[in-house]
Amino acid sequence: MHPAASLLIFTTASGLGFGLLALLGVGLPRFDGLSAWAFYSLGFALACGGLLASTAHLGHPERALKAFREWRSSWLSREAWASAATLAVMGIYAVLHLLWGLRVAPLGWLGTALCLGTVVATSRIYAQLRTVPRWNHWSTTALFLGYALSGGALLAGQVTAALLLLILTGGAQIAAWMDGDRRFAARRHSIPSATGLGAPGGIRQFEPPHTGSNYLTREMVFVVARKHVAKLRVIGLALAVLLPVGLLVLPFSHILAALAVVSHVAGVVVIRWLFFAEAEHVVGLYYGRDPVRR
Amino acid sequence: MTQLPPQSGEGAAVKLGLVIDLDTCVGCHACVIACKGWNTENYGAPLAETDPYGAAPEGAFLNRVHSYEITPEDAPARIVHFPKSCLHCEDAPCVTVCPTGASYKRAEDGIVLVNESDCIGCGLCAWACPYGAREQDPSEKVMKKCTLCVDRIYNESLPEEDRTPACVRTCPAGARHFGDLGDPDSDVSQLVAARGGYDLMPELGTRPVNKYLPPRPKDDEIDVLAPLLEPVAQEPRGFLGWLDRALERL
Repeated sequence: MHPAASLLIFTTASGLGFGLLALLGVGLPRFDGLSAWAFYSLGFALACGGLLASTAHLGHPERALKAFREWRSSWLSREAWASAATLAVMGIYAVLHLLWGLRVAPLGWLGTALCLGTVVATSRIYAQLRTVPRWNHWSTTALFLGYALSGGALLAGQVTAALLLLILTGGAQIAAWMDGDRRFAARRHSIPSATGLGAPGGIRQFEPPHTGSNYLTREMVFVVARKHVAKLRVIGLALAVLLPVGLLVLPFSHILAALAVVSHVAGVVVIRWLFFAEAEHVVGLYYGRDPVRR
Repeated sequence: MTQLPPQSGEGAAVKLGLVIDLDTCVGCHACVIACKGWNTENYGAPLAETDPYGAAPEGAFLNRVHSYEITPEDAPARIVHFPKSCLHCEDAPCVTVCPTGASYKRAEDGIVLVNESDCIGCGLCAWACPYGAREQDPSEKVMKKCTLCVDRIYNESLPEEDRTPACVRTCPAGARHFGDLGDPDSDVSQLVAARGGYDLMPELGTRPVNKYLPPRPKDDEIDVLAPLLEPVAQEPRGFLGWLDRALERL
C-alpha cells in the first residue's frame, strides 16, 4: 500500500496523543499547575494534529463531517465518533483539573477508556480489510494499542510502565512480522484464485491492461520499499524500542528522557511506514504481483 | 446508508450483473472504450485523464482488460483476455466500510453505486475491494465505479436494444452478457449453469454477482488430414544429403 504522509502522521501522532491522554485520565503523572498544562497541551496537540492530518488524505476534506454518519457499519465513522467523544470528555476533565484543581476521577477513567477505544477504532480501519492479509488480524489492534501506550508512558515520564510496555510491544511486533510474512500464503490467495485460471506457477500476466500506472497500481500495488524490509525493521525496532529502553535504564535525566521520546517517535514512524509499504493487497494478483511467488 | 440491504428470500431478489465469457473475449478493449465513452458523458462526474497527450497518460476507468498467459503442463500455452469491472458483490465490503453512506447497494436490483456528492474521497472502499473495481477520479476526487449503466438499462428514451450496459452493447465477440442472476431461469443464469460460470476470489466471501465463464478446452484430437501434411523428405537426399554427410564428417 502507498504510505501516504498524511496517514503516517495521523496514525503516529494521534496514537501518541491518545496514549498520553489515556494516562492523564488515570492521573499519571500527578502534576498540577504549569506542568499539568504542558502535559494536557501536548496530548491534545498530538491527538488533534493527527486527526487534522488525516483529513489531508481525503479527496474532499470539506465534506469530512459526513464521516460521522455511518457508525453502524463503518470503522472509519466509529473512529470519528470515538475521537470526538474522547476529546470532549478529556477536554472537560482537563478544564476542571487545570482551572479549578478538580480531578473528577470517574470522568478521567471514562476518558481513558475512550482514548483506548479510539486507538482500537483506528486500528480496525486497517485490521478489518480482508483484502490485505497482513493487516487482517487482531495483532494489528494489539500493536496500535502497544505503541500508543508505550509512547504515552514515555511522554508522561512513567519509566517503569514505559520499560515494560516497550519490551512487550517490541516482542509483539517481532511476532506480528513473522506471522504476517506467512499470512498471504496461508490465506491461499493466488493468481489462479483471483482469475479462476491456470494453476500456481502455470499462469502469468501476459500484458497489463494499460501501459501506464493507475490509481490502483499507485495506491495498492506499492512495492518500492520492500527491497530494504529487513534493514528497516531492524532500524525501526532499534529506534522505537531498544534505544529508549537503554536510555531509560540509565540514571534518570530530562535530556536522556527527551532523547528516548525522540528516538521512539522516529522508530514508530519507520515501523508505521513499513506497516503501509509492506502491506500486500490482493488486487496486486491481477497485475501479476504474487507476493508468495515473487 | 452503508449497511447492505436485507437479503430477500432465496431466489426472490433481483441481482443484475454481467456474465463474461473468457472463451470468446478477443481482448479488443472495445468494452473499455465504450464504458469510458458512456460514463464520461452521463451518470456522475466525467472520467478524467491526467496528462492525456503527454509522457505519462493516466486516467480513471470503470472497466479494464487484463491478459494472462496460461502454461499447462500437458497442453500448449494460451492467452486469456480478462475484462474486469465491479462484480456487484452480494456481501460488498466496499459498501460497509464507507463512513458517509455514499457507497451503497440498491435493494431493488443489487447494483452498487456511489452517491458522489456524499463521497469524501477517503479511498477506503477501494482498499476494501479485492477486485480493483474502484478508482478515485483524478480531477473530481470522488470514487468512480461501474454503475452497470444504470442510466441506460432503465432508460425508456433509448431504443430497446440499447437498454443494456455500454460494454455489453459494444462487444463485437458477444463475450459479455447482462441479465438477472437472481432468477435461475434467466438467460444469464442458464448460461452460467451450462458453462460452469465461477466467482473470482471466492475465498474472500464477497459473493460476486458477476460470473466468469472459463475458456473451453482446446481440441485434443489431431485433424484427420494432419498425416498428409507430414514433411515429405525426412532424410535429406541428393545434393543436400551429400552436404549433410560431408558436414557430419568434418
